Amino acid sequence: MTAPLVRFRDVTKTYDGHTQVVAALNLDVQRGEFLTLLGPSGSGKTTTLMMLAGFEDPSSGRIELDGARIDTVPPHRRGIGVVFQNYALFPHMTVAENLAFPLSIRRMPRAEIASRTQRALEMVRLPGFGDRRPQQLSGGQQQRVALARALIFEPKLVLLDEPLGALDKQLREELQTEIRRIHAQLGVTMVYVTHDQAEALTLSDRIAVFNEGRIQQLGTAEAVYEHPANPFVAGFIGENNRLAARVLDATRLRLGDGSVLTATPHDLPAGAAALLSIRPERVALGAAAQGMTNAATARVEEVVYLGDHSRLRLAHAGRTDFIVKLPRQDAVPQPGTMVELGIPEAAVTVFPAD
Amino acid sequence: MRRTNWLAALLIAPLLLLIIGSFLMPVGLTLFRAVADREVAAALPDTSTILAAWDGQRLPPEAAFAAVARELAAALEERRIGDVAQRMNFERTGLRTLLLRTARAGDRLQAPYVASLVALDARWGESETWLMLQRAGGPTTSLYLLRAMDLTRGPDGAVMQVPDDEKLFQTLFIRTLWVSLLVTAICVLLAYPVAYTITRLRAPWSSVALTLVLIPFWSSVLVRTTAWFVLLQREGPVNDALIGIGILEAPAQILGTRIAVLLALVHVLLPFAILPMHSVMTRLDATYLRAAASLGANGVQRFFRVWLPLSLPGVAAGGAMVFLLSVGMYTAPALVGGDRDQMVTWFIANFMTRDVNWGMAAALSAYLLAMSGAVIALTRILTGGTIQAGARA
Repeated sequence: MTAPLVRFRDVTKTYDGHTQVVAALNLDVQRGEFLTLLGPSGSGKTTTLMMLAGFEDPSSGRIELDGARIDTVPPHRRGIGVVFQNYALFPHMTVAENLAFPLSIRRMPRAEIASRTQRALEMVRLPGFGDRRPQQLSGGQQQRVALARALIFEPKLVLLDEPLGALDKQLREELQTEIRRIHAQLGVTMVYVTHDQAEALTLSDRIAVFNEGRIQQLGTAEAVYEHPANPFVAGFIGENNRLAARVLDATRLRLGDGSVLTATPHDLPAGAAALLSIRPERVALGAAAQGMTNAATARVEEVVYLGDHSRLRLAHAGRTDFIVKLPRQDAVPQPGTMVELGIPEAAVTVFPAD
Repeated sequence: MRRTNWLAALLIAPLLLLIIGSFLMPVGLTLFRAVADREVAAALPDTSTILAAWDGQRLPPEAAFAAVARELAAALEERRIGDVAQRMNFERTGLRTLLLRTARAGDRLQAPYVASLVALDARWGESETWLMLQRAGGPTTSLYLLRAMDLTRGPDGAVMQVPDDEKLFQTLFIRTLWVSLLVTAICVLLAYPVAYTITRLRAPWSSVALTLVLIPFWSSVLVRTTAWFVLLQREGPVNDALIGIGILEAPAQILGTRIAVLLALVHVLLPFAILPMHSVMTRLDATYLRAAASLGANGVQRFFRVWLPLSLPGVAAGGAMVFLLSVGMYTAPALVGGDRDQMVTWFIANFMTRDVNWGMAAALSAYLLAMSGAVIALTRILTGGTIQAGARA
C-alpha cells in the first residue's frame, strides 16, 4: 500500500483550554479514497475538516499532506478544494467567472481557462450555464457548480462540508450518485462530512464515526453497520433495539424479564452487565422464526405501513418498544395479535455495559 | 379581501397625508415658485392686459401709460407696491426707483400720460422698459431659472450669458458639487476601514464601536459645528497644537477656509457613510472569504476580488447618503466657511431671508435637487449590476 495522502497525528483542538472539540485524533486518508466523517453535531467532524482546509488551527499535533506538514501553511497555499454547505458561490460573478476564479488566481492563460471552464460545466452536466448568475440557479445546480469549482484546479484532495444538507431528499440522492460518479471518474481523494448516516453508507469507501471529539470506529460501510465497535456506533448508524442483560456464559445472557438469549460467542466474564443491540430488520416473525434458538411469542402493539416495509412495535423482553422491520409481504400481523418471534444468534451484538 | 384593502388604505391614510402635506406639497410649491411670475399681473392688472396685446415695436398706446400711472399710485396707497418694485428691480437694477418715483408722483401726472411720464423719467420713453414690464406679466417666467445659471434674456428675448462681472451661480454650483464630492470621497475612504474593522470585531466590542460611531448623533449639528468654531480659532487648541509640534510658526487662519468646511462636513457626515457600509458588511457571509482562500486567493486577492465588490452596495449607499446631505448642508459651511466660499444653500437662505426673492431661492433649490438626483441616478447606473448581485437571495 502506498503512503497515505493525509495524516492526522495526535491532533487536538480546544477553544477554551479544557473542552476538547477534537481529542488526540490519529487518522490516515488513503489516496483516491472516499472517506466520510460521520457524527452528530458537535462531534468534532466539521472542526476536523476545517483544520484540514486550514480555517482552524490545531491546538496541538500535526497534519501532513503528501508527507509535508501543512498545519502551519495558510489555506490559500494548501491547494485543497472545498465545497461548502451553503455553496459559497460568489454572487457578483457569473457561473463561468466563478469557475475561472481559481484558474485566474493561478495566472492560467485565457484560452486554457475557457476550455477548462467548458469541460468543468460538462462534467457536472450544466453546459450552457456559464453566463448565468448563481442566484438564477436552483440549489442543486448551485451545488454542482460549487463542486466543479472545487475540482477545476485539479486539487489532490477535495473536502465537502455537508454539501447536500440544504437540498430535499430527491435532489440529495441524485447528487449523491453524481458525486460518486465524479469521484470514480477523476480518482481524486474526497473527505466528506455529514450527519446523515444513510448518505455516509451510500457514498463512502470508509466511514469514520465521530462522537465527542473522538473517532469511535473507522471502517467500511459494511463494517460499521454490521459490526459496530460500541453502543454509540450501533445506535448512530441504523436503528437498533437495546436490551440490558447479564452474562451467563460465553454465549448465553439473561434479559431483564428473566428470559435467556443466545448470542455468538463473546468475551465478557460470567456475571458481567451487558448491553445488547439487535437490528430490527434481522428479527424474524411468524413461520420464518420457527426452529430458531431465540424464539418467543410477542404481542403486536402497533403497525406502521411504510410502503417498502412495515414497522412493528412489539411487547417483548419486558418492554413494549421492541421494533421489528418486516419487508413488504402479504400477511402483516394485526395489532393486538400474538406472533412468533425469532432472533438469529448472529444478529445479537454484545457490548459491555458502562 | 376588498374590505381588508380598504381598511389597510384607511390605516396608512394619515401617514400618506402627512407625507403629502409635509413633503410633496412644499417641494412642489417651491419648484413652482421658481417659474411663477405674478407680482406684476397682481399689482398692475390693467397695464398687463394692455401690454399683452402690444406688439412691442414702438411705444405702447396712451392707455398703457394711463393704466401704469393709476395702478402704481393705487398700489402705493394700498402698500403693495413692494413686491412689484422688487420684482422689476430684479429685472434691471434701478427699476425700483422708477416705479416708486412714478407712484409717488400720483396726481401730478396728467393726460396725456405719455408726455407726463416721459417728462417725469426719460426711461418711460424707452420701449425696453415697457418690454420688461410686458415680459414680467406672467403667469410664468424663465428668468429665475436662467439667472440661477448666470443666463439672462437680451432685449430681443434671446438667452445670453450675463456679463462676466455679474457671474456667480455657475461657479457656485461647481463649487458646491466639488466640495460635496470631496466630502463624499473623504468620508467613503475614512468610513470603509472603520466599517470593516467594526464588522471584524468580536461580539461585545463591535457594539461598543458602533455606539462610539453613533455618539455624535446625541448632539445637534449646530453644537458640533460650533465646537469646530472654537477649536479652529486663531488662539484655539488646533493652532496651539500645530505650533506646539512645530508644524506652524505662527497661528494660521483656519476658520473661513475650505479646509474648515471640509473638516466640519466630514465630521458631521462620517457616521452616515459608516452605517450603511457596516450593515452591508455584516450581512456578507464570511464563507465567501473562506471559499476564495480555498481556491488559492491570498489576502489581497480575497479583498479586491471578493470582499470589495460584495461590499460596494454599502459604499454606494453610504456615498450617496453623504453626498445628498452635504449638498444640502447649511449650518456647518455657513458657520466655519468663508464669506466668499459659500455653498448654494447659503445663497438660498440669503435670497429667502435677506433679499426676499423667493423666485431665486426656489430656482436654486430646483437646480440643487436636480443635481442631487443626477448624481444619485449616476451612482445607480454605475453600480447597478453590483447592487443586484449583492442583494443575495
